[in-house]
Amino acid sequence: MTAPAPPARNRPLPGLRPALPRLLQSAGLRFAVLFTLVFALGTVVLVAVLWIATAASIDRQLLAAIRADAVALAERWRTGGESALIDAIEERIATDSTNQALYLLTDRQGVKLAGNLGAWPEGVEIGASFQRTSIVHEGVAADARIITRDLGGLRLLVGRDEAERVQLRLLLTEGVVWSLGASLVIALMGAALIRQALVNRLDPALRTAMQIAAGDLARRVPLSGRGDEFDRLAETMNAMLDRIEALMQGIKGVSDAIAHDLRTPIARARSKLEAGLAHARDEGELRAAMEEGIADLDQVSRIFQALLRIAEAEAGARRAAFAPFDLTEMLQDAAEFYSVAAEARDQQLTLEARPGLRMVGDRDLLLQAVMNLLDNAVKFTPEGGRIVLAAQPQGEGWVEVTVADSGPGLAPADRARAGERFFRADASRNTPGSGLGLSLVRAVAALHRGSLELADAKPGADPPGLLVRLRLPRAS
Amino acid sequence: MRILLVEDDAEVARFVKKGLQEAGHTVEHVTNGRDGLFLAASEPFDLLVLDRMLPGGVDGVRLVETLRGQGNRTPVLFLSALSAVDERVKGLKAGGDDYLVKPFAFAELLARVEALGRRPSVDAPVTKLRVADLELDLLARTVTRAGKKIDVQPREFRLLEHLMRHAGQVVTRTMLLEKVWDYHFDPQTNVIDVHVSRLRQKLDRGFDKPLIHTVRNAGYMIRAEP
Repeated sequence: MTAPAPPARNRPLPGLRPALPRLLQSAGLRFAVLFTLVFALGTVVLVAVLWIATAASIDRQLLAAIRADAVALAERWRTGGESALIDAIEERIATDSTNQALYLLTDRQGVKLAGNLGAWPEGVEIGASFQRTSIVHEGVAADARIITRDLGGLRLLVGRDEAERVQLRLLLTEGVVWSLGASLVIALMGAALIRQALVNRLDPALRTAMQIAAGDLARRVPLSGRGDEFDRLAETMNAMLDRIEALMQGIKGVSDAIAHDLRTPIARARSKLEAGLAHARDEGELRAAMEEGIADLDQVSRIFQALLRIAEAEAGARRAAFAPFDLTEMLQDAAEFYSVAAEARDQQLTLEARPGLRMVGDRDLLLQAVMNLLDNAVKFTPEGGRIVLAAQPQGEGWVEVTVADSGPGLAPADRARAGERFFRADASRNTPGSGLGLSLVRAVAALHRGSLELADAKPGADPPGLLVRLRLPRAS
Repeated sequence: MRILLVEDDAEVARFVKKGLQEAGHTVEHVTNGRDGLFLAASEPFDLLVLDRMLPGGVDGVRLVETLRGQGNRTPVLFLSALSAVDERVKGLKAGGDDYLVKPFAFAELLARVEALGRRPSVDAPVTKLRVADLELDLLARTVTRAGKKIDVQPREFRLLEHLMRHAGQVVTRTMLLEKVWDYHFDPQTNVIDVHVSRLRQKLDRGFDKPLIHTVRNAGYMIRAEP
């Protein structure tokens, strides 16, 4: 059963210039807004701290000055009496260059004895401290902070005109508002820059993805070389694309192979069946032709099976099924299975591996790979020859599985091609086989992130023999 | 045996049904999983032969899972065009007893059908297997023929045991690979024949009546009469 085809879309293919997303969908804008908010919050906190540090501290200083003044005057009255107090007040008024200090001394009836205020301000009781009140200072109405004291019947008022401080606070407020405004503008500019930078960095990846979507699988995302998050993303994308390309090539390889090498046995089967039908003179001949045809079809089916198995290994999906297993035991198994075949050809098959070599991988596929190697060795080694299957741990976390035989070996030119699908060296054309054995071994090696190497078993000797070396990591 | 065949491909179904009938079995054939499930649940069968992929919402795996869920233990042989190892494992996990990949030779199917249909009952454990004058002692792990001890290696013992458990039935090369060696891939080799012929030599040395017979285009059979 197949799913219904998706409805055809009328949307044109995307052009090569990636369009910016609509403003509200833009991730860049969201980042920018976030940046603006954070920046503005930072500015507000900064200004608040500044405000408290300046305006509030000016206030505190003012109050401290008033209190100190009042205490000092009270002290003068205690030591020198009324006249000393009046002198002190007049002296202070005379020396006050800022003209902010306010003094008033009256007697019990409210008659002014000294000071620079015309009259006792209304609503101010004796004993008030740091009261805020309106006064008339040098003919001008102003705000003031005052303290009053009762000194043995005399009433003392000490204060400071706040007009200038109010002015200062106003200036400060104005400054704060301006700087907040400026920082908001800067934040918006920064946000716009961030958005643009984001778009610029994403643009190459977006373009590459579009080109690939349009069919050009060879494209890769260019790296900026900064090694940042975007480069990491690009590297990962490129690695993914390499993998996809390898898979596509694998699929193409398989379909080429199918087109080329499955047709041959199918054609053979067809011609045998057809010839049998047309020319068989009796039932015996017809039966023989059909049996041969079926045998050819069985071969097709076997090749098909082998190709699927290789594709399975190449696709890498089986990595999920990796599990630890005893490699030595598996090799013993394979050696035991093939020893009878070797014996039948008078060959000596030996296993050299220390017990208990363990590794992580796909046991089934590795077993099949090793059996393919042994199958080749038994087939191509002349009667009476020697075959050695061995496993050797190699350095940190690697193991080498080798199959060495005393056969004719492979010419260096053929070694490179061995492992290509359906490649068979000329010398082996007359031996049965599909030419897929080493392809599977190579695919299995690649699946395990290992490698396959062919060499002379005994360099210089004649015949040199073949050494197949399968290098595998012990842990995946 | 009474066999239920659930297969949607008419050509394959006709071929399988005809072959099984010629081998002396009764075959009921339905073309989809729903009918298959209904029949299998309501009538007694000795064996179910199921296509893995079936039309009609109930595929082979679902069918078996449902049957097993109802406590139905009828042996199940899967036929499938899906050959990947995972697919095979999925089929067996669901409760299938055997798995045969298409395309297959009919002889292979018949051999597996007979092996499944005549499985020895589990409640009566056998300790000795006998074919003519050949005796295999499962406890002592010894093989004797006409009282004479024959030395066999462990794997040969298992090979012989499997043949003897299915004495009189055809056992194919693939079945031997799967059951004796536990290889679930085609090693594309005739090594299995070498193993059998070596075992045959050991058994028949000094006797004039061979016990292991080669069945042309199918496999091997152990039996007393030629």
